[in-house]
Amino acid sequence: MSDVFLNGKFIGYHENGRGLAELVKERRRKGEIPYYVNVYYSEEEDTVYIFSNHGRVRRPLIVVKDGKPLLTDEMLEKLEKGEMKWSDLVRQGVIEYLDANEEENAYVALYPEDLTKEHTHLEISPMVIFGTQANMLPFAQHALSPKVLIGAKMIKQGIALYTKNFTQRMDTDSSLLHYPQKPIVQTLMYKYINYDSCPAGQNVVIAVMPFQGYNMDDAIVMNKSSTERGLFRSSYYRPYVAEELRYPGGQKDRITIPDKDVVGYRTEEEYRYLEEDGIIYPSAEVKGGDVLIGKVSPPRFLTSLDEFTAGIEANKETSEAVRFGEKGVVETVLITETEDGNKYVKVKVRDLRPPELGDKFASRHGQKGVIGMLVPQEDMPFTASGVIPDIIFNPHSIPSRMTINHLLEILAGKVGALAGRYVDGTPFAGEKEFDLRKELLKLGFRDDGLETMYNGMTGEEFKARIFVGNMYYLKLKYMVANKLHARSRGPVQLLTRQPTEGRSKEGGLRLGEMEKDCFIAHGAALALKERFDSDKVVVPVCKNCGIVAVYNRYRDIGICPICGEEAPITFVEMSYAFKLLLDELKSLCIYPKLIITPKG
Amino acid sequence: MGLDDLKRAEQVLPKKLYEKLLERLKRYNIKGKLANKVAREVIKEYERVQQTPGEAVGVVTAQSIGEPGTQMTLNVFHFAGVAEMNVTIGLPRVIEVLDARRTPSTPSMTIYLKKEYAKDEKEVRRIAAELIEVKLNDLISDTVMDLLNTRLLFTLDKGALRNYNVKPKQVEEMLKKVYKNADVKLLKDGRIRVKLKTEDVGEMYKLKSKVLDTYIKGVPGVTHVLPIRDKKEWIIKTAGTNLKKVLELPYVDPERTISNDIFEIAKVLGIEAARNAIINEVKEVLDRQGIEVDIRHLMLIADTMTFDGKIRGITRYGITSQKSSILARASFEIPLKHIFSAAVKNEVDPLQGVVENVMINQPVPVGTGIPKLIYKVKRSGDKE
Repeated sequence: MSDVFLNGKFIGYHENGRGLAELVKERRRKGEIPYYVNVYYSEEEDTVYIFSNHGRVRRPLIVVKDGKPLLTDEMLEKLEKGEMKWSDLVRQGVIEYLDANEEENAYVALYPEDLTKEHTHLEISPMVIFGTQANMLPFAQHALSPKVLIGAKMIKQGIALYTKNFTQRMDTDSSLLHYPQKPIVQTLMYKYINYDSCPAGQNVVIAVMPFQGYNMDDAIVMNKSSTERGLFRSSYYRPYVAEELRYPGGQKDRITIPDKDVVGYRTEEEYRYLEEDGIIYPSAEVKGGDVLIGKVSPPRFLTSLDEFTAGIEANKETSEAVRFGEKGVVETVLITETEDGNKYVKVKVRDLRPPELGDKFASRHGQKGVIGMLVPQEDMPFTASGVIPDIIFNPHSIPSRMTINHLLEILAGKVGALAGRYVDGTPFAGEKEFDLRKELLKLGFRDDGLETMYNGMTGEEFKARIFVGNMYYLKLKYMVANKLHARSRGPVQLLTRQPTEGRSKEGGLRLGEMEKDCFIAHGAALALKERFDSDKVVVPVCKNCGIVAVYNRYRDIGICPICGEEAPITFVEMSYAFKLLLDELKSLCIYPKLIITPKG
Repeated sequence: MGLDDLKRAEQVLPKKLYEKLLERLKRYNIKGKLANKVAREVIKEYERVQQTPGEAVGVVTAQSIGEPGTQMTLNVFHFAGVAEMNVTIGLPRVIEVLDARRTPSTPSMTIYLKKEYAKDEKEVRRIAAELIEVKLNDLISDTVMDLLNTRLLFTLDKGALRNYNVKPKQVEEMLKKVYKNADVKLLKDGRIRVKLKTEDVGEMYKLKSKVLDTYIKGVPGVTHVLPIRDKKEWIIKTAGTNLKKVLELPYVDPERTISNDIFEIAKVLGIEAARNAIINEVKEVLDRQGIEVDIRHLMLIADTMTFDGKIRGITRYGITSQKSSILARASFEIPLKHIFSAAVKNEVDPLQGVVENVMINQPVPVGTGIPKLIYKVKRSGDKE
């Protein structure tokens, strides 16, 4: 007697578990039981598990009977003509979905030629082992599995024509590639996801060679003239938002050009682009700090402030300005209302981003790198036929990573470019290297893709033959313009008077704990002190009670909170953070007395 | 210079080094001008390896050990050896030594034998087997508790007796020795009878487990032994330590035999031996990982841990609690505790260390922070 479980719950016994499982399968294929039911017979436990609940990962397979797949050529023809659909196949029991458990009872053949009598199912295609993303890598069967994952991850980061209604949208942090191209080497997946209508990269001529060390450690050398012709040119969009918020008490924000008497008024120059409505006009060229939407807010604590300010309305300046260090052109101004009826303004700023030193690029195989140098085309190496590569890729990136698919794509891309056709690089099923080589030879090139090249600066022929071809490259969304940051002086935190942290706050670069130890290890005591002088203060200290005092410069006397006026004071240099510590100790009722001795 | 170099060496070099120099000069029969030349070179080399005053040796040591330590974290192999004879190595072991944990997670000894015993493998294996601590529990196959007659009956396991090389008579004697007022007798059927004085059942159960735990032979604490060949001689590695007992054994070479329990070494052999053990233990871990750290860094650490005669770990309870500066202690761990206790005791921070001077942003007393100008510049307005 076999136990029978339905969705993990015991429901009863059956005298023939295997037969029951077969029966369920049979009836499911006939359509008498819903297609999402899966059944699994465990021989060791003599138990039947039936599942009909949600949350199981399932995959489709072609049903095989007596060594013959149920999917016939006739059906395929009908499918191609559109007389039949996938759902018809599922309904007829030609294709069924197996979950992880039922797979244990199945014997799946990878190719139709492998089919024997014992087989129960046939794989639709070997490429289904990859998902949508991994199927985007051409020749992925030639790559190390971690590299496939990295490649699939990076395709998602490529700057693209990511949507066609980008003029209508207000995405935060979005980029747009100006001249996207369809890849020469494609896989089947590109067709299914309609990639050709929204491509994310460009086909470039790539030479695999070092270039004066400017492409070492995964850097790439790019042809400067190509970029000037528009290669990998992109736009960066950033929207800015302002809303006329309402506050309790009838007060509300006003979008306008702020008056000069508001608290925190910027400079007149920074408001210069604002029109009468307090909003900037499209096509204005702005830089960091320029106000896009002028806004004033009422004072925060209205009632309590009123008594002291005697009715003078001290509005606060809360304008939206271009972020520090950024620039651009105002593209769109959108004025609308929120659900609550507040005025709502969005301004989209566009910035042109041609490739520059430090921008990140990648092929579709997990081979990423940043630009190490932009070389004018007259200095780039060229082939015997005069072709100048767009990118020079360092061969040292290949052996340890074993991304053979990267090299195969260069070869396939070369064939595709020369023959004027798209090359199929579907994993496990695409065109074979042997055929591609034969075609390349027929096109009048060496079958291994090597070519004689000449040094662009001296005109000398390189001793080695260089591997040149075409491949699809992506510009990734990480650009130096969004990362570059330096500061000498700048804003400090209110509490500790130490520099702020982070690029967006124009912060300092921290000399941390371990870096401090390095200064000590070198014995550079005074250099260390200077590095930590960012919150230096000179405070008057009472000599009697050793507590921070007050110095009245006008009367030239010290006032000590304990000793009172005319206290003997001396000036002590310390970090503000330490003064803060003393204050906090005092708040804990601990008396931190400074014992003053002469210096030295 | 010239002929005086040998005399100069006496003044400059430490006594031990100077004596070694004289001994070597004598051994190779070097005299006169050449001896002076040798002395000059020795002085030069001695002065070269000296640290300059103000060198931040502590920080350099911390960095020299800390940096390779980050690499060790990535190493997954923290144990070495077979099944029960595992020895902690890698980062966990370094932490264990430097924190001065009371007992190592895998206590073990390396026993060297005297020359006449160390050659023969059979003999070494026999000695090794003798070392294992045997308790009554290891030797019996069955225990019967006769509540009526208040006695315990132990059936001896013949296989175990053979394995541990114990005679039934020996067991009887040991039990007699330990339980002098109990009636112990080896019966003819090979069982051992222990007649108890008590009639209370609960008491009997307690006594039963106590009797089972009786030490019969071997070295207390040693649970496993492993004789291994080390170059020309055989040595014995053990799991479990008892340095004192092992050193008393006649066939053990007491000069080389060592335990990995630092506290045990300090107790048996003294604090200097413990200092050396710290150095050796850390060095062994680093060597195994192929990390080269100058031995003097380890010596500095071991010195810091042992210089007051006790082993103090590099923890908040160890050497850090010895710091004189309140601020330095507070900045390490649990600041509130230190600040409050300092406030209660009216402590004064002399501000002479590195950490506290970083905190108040004054030049730290290392390197360029040490030399000071004594001359006071007079300003025009100053009174005489």
